[in-house]
Amino acid sequence: MDARALIVCAAMAVAAGLVGCFAVMRRMTLAADAFSHVALPGIGLALVLRLNPLIGALVALLAGSMLIWAIEGKTKLSTEAVTGVVFSVALAIGSLTATGEELIDALFGTPGSMTIAETIFALVAALAVIAFILKARDRLLVSLVSTEVAIASGIGVTSLQLSFLVAFAVTVALGMRYLGVLLMGSLIIIPATVAKRLARSIDGMFAIAIGAALASTLLGTWIAAFAHRPSGPVIVGIAGGLFFLSLVKLPAPRPKAYADKETPAHDS
Amino acid sequence: MPTEVPERRITGQYAGSVLEVDRLTVSFDDTVILADLSFSVARGASLAVIGPNGSGKTVLFRALIGAIPYAGTIRWAPGTRFGYVPQKLDIERDLPITGRDLLRAKLTISHAAKEEALDALKRVDLREEVLVQPIGSMSGGQFQRLLVAFALIGKPDVLLLDEPAAGVDAPGQQALSEAIRRLQQDEGVTTLLISHDLSVVYHYASSVLCLARERSSLGPPQVVLTPERLSEIYGTPISFHLHDDHGR
Repeated sequence: MDARALIVCAAMAVAAGLVGCFAVMRRMTLAADAFSHVALPGIGLALVLRLNPLIGALVALLAGSMLIWAIEGKTKLSTEAVTGVVFSVALAIGSLTATGEELIDALFGTPGSMTIAETIFALVAALAVIAFILKARDRLLVSLVSTEVAIASGIGVTSLQLSFLVAFAVTVALGMRYLGVLLMGSLIIIPATVAKRLARSIDGMFAIAIGAALASTLLGTWIAAFAHRPSGPVIVGIAGGLFFLSLVKLPAPRPKAYADKETPAHDS
Repeated sequence: MPTEVPERRITGQYAGSVLEVDRLTVSFDDTVILADLSFSVARGASLAVIGPNGSGKTVLFRALIGAIPYAGTIRWAPGTRFGYVPQKLDIERDLPITGRDLLRAKLTISHAAKEEALDALKRVDLREEVLVQPIGSMSGGQFQRLLVAFALIGKPDVLLLDEPAAGVDAPGQQALSEAIRRLQQDEGVTTLLISHDLSVVYHYASSVLCLARERSSLGPPQVVLTPERLSEIYGTPISFHLHDDHGR
């Protein structure tokens, strides 16, 4: 693997780890996975129009996130429910607009080196996502605890929600080249889930999620190249392994009565 | 000053209002929760909102901060800064967010110095050691105090408190009431407080807004909190014990 691809991979993993933290804490886990399917009609259409599938995926994901955000705001349904609907429809349209090997490649990732344009796009997009999450972390955190408290604190909750969905969409599109959009959902969710189980503060969660995403991506890419296997499944396999390890490491959950006491006993 | 006005026009007792509400109506689908409610709150006043369950107290607060759609007018004085303490929040127990994370977030959002957080903690009588715990593992009372401390950061002009003492132990409740009273009396912070504790309302509120489906009313506690008026509002005979000031 060349150095250029390695840098892009690392940036993508950091973005996925960070976005994943808030996706997992907002209980968007399943929605996040389903969301990646929204890329399908865009990829299909791009193939028909002989455009780069990445452009198609990105446009579809952005349009999908706008649609989900708008329906969510209008109906007060949960992100999960709305994504479920949009994803099914997208999958139906996607399978009508395109078939063939290229589509499979887009879904499960394509090995091979990236063009300079692709590299620049991927790097800029990954850095933009990372910058957004780090800049918006306090606002995201407060609105996660309570929407009302966030509004009263002067946070534009609706636009923040849209920005987050867009960051999510961009991250999924980023992973298309290496992991494929289907597996990228897993790279967003699994490291963040590992982090949620192990961390006791938000900085801890960020660090563990980034570490797990980086380790899975870099180690997975290396093993895949060594064993002549597609990188996507190997990367997700390693992330899954880390998740099962985190189960072993987890301290016993505090009984409820424990936490209800005014002065809780020492944490085990 | 009227205690009940047929036109639902209820006026606060001071001039220079920080909040003016005119013909506020909130409905969810076909259910009207608040209908044609008008009142104003003077700067520095301490308004208690009481009423039976389902009378729309929390809905009123949510409308006031702009979290839900409504008809009518809500006018805050320009540049008003809020502190809002919601009714008991249901937090996922395993969120890796500590009290410190939450307070630090508020400091950044409101561009406040670290000292403000320390001052807020002192006011609500919450020890700094508690802050290293994830919020999901705090006791109900600790978390509630944390939320009040969160609201105090950023020097709010108006505090909206929705049953802030729910789940807090007796000494904690006293500390909270004291802290709120001091903020209102010594620092001129306007407080809007939803409370079911009528003796707290009687002692601390300068005026009481009583929400009832048929007739909402506003007046000083001595006028609104009479046994006759209360049984009319709650639909059942009700009385409350008034502590004397030395016994607080």
